[in-house]
Amino acid sequence: MNGKYRFLLAALPLAVVIGLSGFFYDRLGKDPGELPSVLIGKPVPEFTLPGLEDGAPGLASADLRSGTVTIVNVFASWCAPCRIEHPMLTALAKVPKIRLVGIAYKDKIEATRAFLGELGNPYALIGADVTGRVAIDWGVYGVPETYLVSPGGEIVWKHVGPLDETVIRGELLPRAEKLLK
Amino acid sequence: MKFLLRLSSPRRRPGPFAGRVPLSARDPGLRRDDARGWRALALATVLFLSAVPALAIGVDEPMADPAMEAKARDIARGLRCLVCQNQSIEDSNAPLAADLRHIVRERLAAGEDEAAIQKYLVDRYGEWVLMRPPFEPATYALWFGPAALLLTGVGVILWRRRHPATVPEAEALTAEERARLDRLLKDEDPA
Repeated sequence: MNGKYRFLLAALPLAVVIGLSGFFYDRLGKDPGELPSVLIGKPVPEFTLPGLEDGAPGLASADLRSGTVTIVNVFASWCAPCRIEHPMLTALAKVPKIRLVGIAYKDKIEATRAFLGELGNPYALIGADVTGRVAIDWGVYGVPETYLVSPGGEIVWKHVGPLDETVIRGELLPRAEKLLK
Repeated sequence: MKFLLRLSSPRRRPGPFAGRVPLSARDPGLRRDDARGWRALALATVLFLSAVPALAIGVDEPMADPAMEAKARDIARGLRCLVCQNQSIEDSNAPLAADLRHIVRERLAAGEDEAAIQKYLVDRYGEWVLMRPPFEPATYALWFGPAALLLTGVGVILWRRRHPATVPEAEALTAEERARLDRLLKDEDPA
């Protein structure tokens, strides 16, 4: 083996370590179980959901094409992280020109009512997805999940897990502002 | 069976004479114990075997046609559970997996084939739901990776066989060096 090859061979472990470090650094702080949504950039799925009260308006896909920027939050009274993110939703509901709507996922209607009665109702509209079938059309695999929908009814962004200030300020609001322009 | 016997009757541990006298001849009671041991083993076997299909049926409502039911299970085994991400929806206890199994049966009953059912789920959750990733440019590394690694390994082995590591032969000592070495060896204390 001549000197040049020997040098290359000696540099190999260093190259491998640098490569792996870069890869691990890139993955740092990311959840490997989190799936990218295939619905980004696609129109919202077609659905109609009943409301929480008899005769109360529910939520349908037409509501999401009404020309306003909409945040769709999938929640359930039985989901602990939903309780944690609730104050964030209350704050989001106060942001002007953005509408917050909810889909109650696989929850008894009375339980959803009690949950919102206790914590307050931040949603402009709520649809009760008692069987969870509509949520499957949205690609939901764990509550809470939050979607940002364009005025024309296109899904722009999705977040899995509870919303926190970092996500809202760093990801949600900048995208919503871009849609409002 | 000896260890089973011991487990079932710890009082009758073989004493110092064990092995010299047949156990059953020393104590006729042991014969009955032996039968009991066999019966316990048989019972355990039956219970173990019957537990497996019972688990598979789970909470789902099976389809009326056994062939269709087998097909539904087969399809469900090929779909990944979104919640317990290393299990198929057939194996997972997650409520979402149960819902997805229900959808598979529903669509199968409506006359859809496996490809259509897979497409329904891929449209919602992405190709990630398929336990067997599709063969396309984005997955070439996945499909060819193991074979490529194996070939590389074989290549390295073959290359090393052809070019065995050679230890350079030591050059003969010069007269001067030899003399110095002799001096050093003779001298007990080099200092």
